[in-house]
Amino acid sequence: MRRRADSARRSDAFFLFCVYAAAAFFVVIVAALFVMLTKGSWLSLQTFGLKFLWTSEWNPVNNTFGALPLIFGTVVSSLIAIVLAGLVGILAATFLADFAPRWMARPLSFTIELLAAVPSVVYGLWGLFVLAPLIRSYIGPALQKTLGFLPLFQGPIYGVGLLTAGIILAIMILPTVTAISRDVIAAIPEDQREAGMSLGATKWETIRSVVLPAARTGIFGALILALGRAVGETIAVTMVIGNRPVISASLFAPSYTLASVIANEFTEATSDLYLSALIELGLLLFVVSFLINAMARLMMWTVFRDK
Amino acid sequence: MINKDVWDKNRGGRKTRSAIGVFLTGLCASLAALALLAVLGYVIYQGARAVNPAFLTQLPKPVGETGGGVANGIVGSLITVALATLIATPLGVLTGIFLALFGRGMVAESVRFLSDVLSGIPSIAIGLFAYTLLVAPFKHFSGVSASVAFAVLMLPLIIRTSEEAVRSVPQTIREGALALGMSVYRSTMQVIVPAARPAIITGLLLSIARVAGETAPLLFTAFGSPFWTVNPTQPMAQLPLQIFNYAISPYEDWHRQAWGGAMILILAVLVLNITARFVFAAPKNRQ
Amino acid sequence: MTTSAPSRKATSFRVDDLAAFYGSRQAIGGVTMDFAPHAVTALMGPSGCGKTTLLRCLNRIHEILPKARVEGKVSLDGEDVYDSGISAIELRRRVGMVFQRANPFPTMSIAGNVTAGLLSDVPNSARAQIVEKALRGAALWDEVKDKLNQPGTSLSGGQQQRLCIARALAVEPEVLLMDEPTSSLDPISTASVEDLMESLAKEYTIVVVTHNMQQAARVSNYSAFMLSGEDGIGHLIEMSETRQMFTKPTDPRTEDYITGRFG
Repeated sequence: MRRRADSARRSDAFFLFCVYAAAAFFVVIVAALFVMLTKGSWLSLQTFGLKFLWTSEWNPVNNTFGALPLIFGTVVSSLIAIVLAGLVGILAATFLADFAPRWMARPLSFTIELLAAVPSVVYGLWGLFVLAPLIRSYIGPALQKTLGFLPLFQGPIYGVGLLTAGIILAIMILPTVTAISRDVIAAIPEDQREAGMSLGATKWETIRSVVLPAARTGIFGALILALGRAVGETIAVTMVIGNRPVISASLFAPSYTLASVIANEFTEATSDLYLSALIELGLLLFVVSFLINAMARLMMWTVFRDK
Repeated sequence: MINKDVWDKNRGGRKTRSAIGVFLTGLCASLAALALLAVLGYVIYQGARAVNPAFLTQLPKPVGETGGGVANGIVGSLITVALATLIATPLGVLTGIFLALFGRGMVAESVRFLSDVLSGIPSIAIGLFAYTLLVAPFKHFSGVSASVAFAVLMLPLIIRTSEEAVRSVPQTIREGALALGMSVYRSTMQVIVPAARPAIITGLLLSIARVAGETAPLLFTAFGSPFWTVNPTQPMAQLPLQIFNYAISPYEDWHRQAWGGAMILILAVLVLNITARFVFAAPKNRQ
Repeated sequence: MTTSAPSRKATSFRVDDLAAFYGSRQAIGGVTMDFAPHAVTALMGPSGCGKTTLLRCLNRIHEILPKARVEGKVSLDGEDVYDSGISAIELRRRVGMVFQRANPFPTMSIAGNVTAGLLSDVPNSARAQIVEKALRGAALWDEVKDKLNQPGTSLSGGQQQRLCIARALAVEPEVLLMDEPTSSLDPISTASVEDLMESLAKEYTIVVVTHNMQQAARVSNYSAFMLSGEDGIGHLIEMSETRQMFTKPTDPRTEDYITGRFG
């Protein structure tokens, strides 16, 4: 049998090399991400150790860097976002998956998905000049009047603050929650719905008691994924959260998140320790979102695997 | 005669409750869609007052002077995004080809997993990575470092869409090419990938739209500039940065310009998205 | 047309004790047969008997499916094509294949499709000639000679299949494998492809899988009948000259199949 021309063999070998090298290089990039962030945080890691995570003072002036107020701001704003987006998103997904006729579902889905395309700085702009004034003048006072007995809604209302950031984040993660939940719900086999309806249940009752519980894991995965997005969101939050590293009980109070402190202070960082502390925040964000995403993907994998 | 009590359609108010359920879910879906229209509408409403030929062609004016434009930001952003696309496309498409045709077992699964997880890493962390890699060692900001950050952000999307695109080329085409005794290189790059090209381009457009609006990494990679900047090895003006800086400033005129810039940005991104989904690919059939 | 001596050499092509597996599931076993050069050999049998699997083992296309495996020998001119020193790519240049549903490459023109399999060192000046020769050999030249730059997919089903045949011929193989080439074609296209098979047999070794007995009877010089046993493994039951198989089959199972008692 004639052997292939050496040139043909060589070009195939080179091509395969390029393909494998590309995939390998990609893995190297992800590893390098972790390595470089760790390297940059090294000074701060050595100086503060684990205390970094629960020191409640973030004071660049006297070189005290504690991440607790930032973690607080990140957690609270993300929680608000998840609650709001989860509520609206899961209900919207239910509508899109089961109740909306085809001619309505597609354009509606598409419009909601476009929410994810809007740049973060545009959301920030809108939040700063539209939402914040609304909260200061109408929504905030209304909440204070009705729910003011809760410490959550007490205190001065500036317009910018945790609540505003939470609402903006909710809008930003809504498409994630909706789109993934819709896919998960739609993936529930038709015969489950038929089983429910043949028992005499209405469509709504079937969805509520049969389909949604079956979709529970996948929807939870969607929420986790959306949480990951909320935790890392930077610019929109920076513009509406007030940028003050304090822990307070009121949702109207200004706050600070891991991501927004990096955005605000990185180019002003005067000392190596300052810079290193900020990079350590970046490392924290990287690790947290890596774990969140890995967990979410695992959940989604088990949902779609059996399809 | 029908016994109304036995066949009561609304027994126990179930029908009413169901109707409320449908209404509620529909309301939520509409709210979500309306949110987009609200944001988009207001941005256009405010931005239209700012956008005019001068705005698009002039450099920013110094503090205190009104007027000026964002021309350098538009050009700078175009350059960084173009550079990023140049970096990310061969890397991402080849990796996608790897996953679709050549990767097997745990190796391929790991690459896919990493790609999925990378897509959720905050852009600011990736900006920090680019900073430590390309800004700190050289001690100055540059457009290239921004492009590298953008490229890393684009990769997961390009990889995923390229893999899907190549996978969806019918098996019989692949077998036809192999049965001809075509080399691996030719059957892949001259038959399979060209067949997948529309879907690959869709993925590229979507990933460009993804990074075009990114601001966070720019803060310490491209850094911005008030001048004409076309040299990627130096700091570069970027439109999203200009919007951000104008928005958080105390000047009314700069706020106006922020809206103008935002309108340009949101329209560009939305046009890219819509083009990608409707022109190049039929809307994906979501199961 | 006067009968002239075939211009291509008579290649010996046979399988010995061939077994094929998809992972742990065995599809065919113990197949031993000889494919006569310059003749048409038909592989027939009911669905699932392994005839297509056997065909796909002959040009090593079977192995592109994950976990696919082969045991036994496939010999082309005395050399085992599964020998580790032999490249599958080179084998497929000598053993071409036409598929059940025409699969012209969607991004190429008609001429582009025909030359798709040619090596890059074939000069452009020679390509036009090769295109014409292959298309004539596939009885398609007259229909497409004025539109060679149109997409391959713009042709009708029967024309596309003949284009695929031309594409396979352009590589100048010695053996041509055809997997139910007319099953998705209308009767007129079927007839033209069958005529083609007869004329191609003068130059090439043709192995055709067909589920249509009448086609086998019409077109082939030799016929092989396969059947899968209770164990799900396909075996060669009988092989002989077509005329004999259809008039005096030796195995009762063959006779049952031919007389239509099953399949």
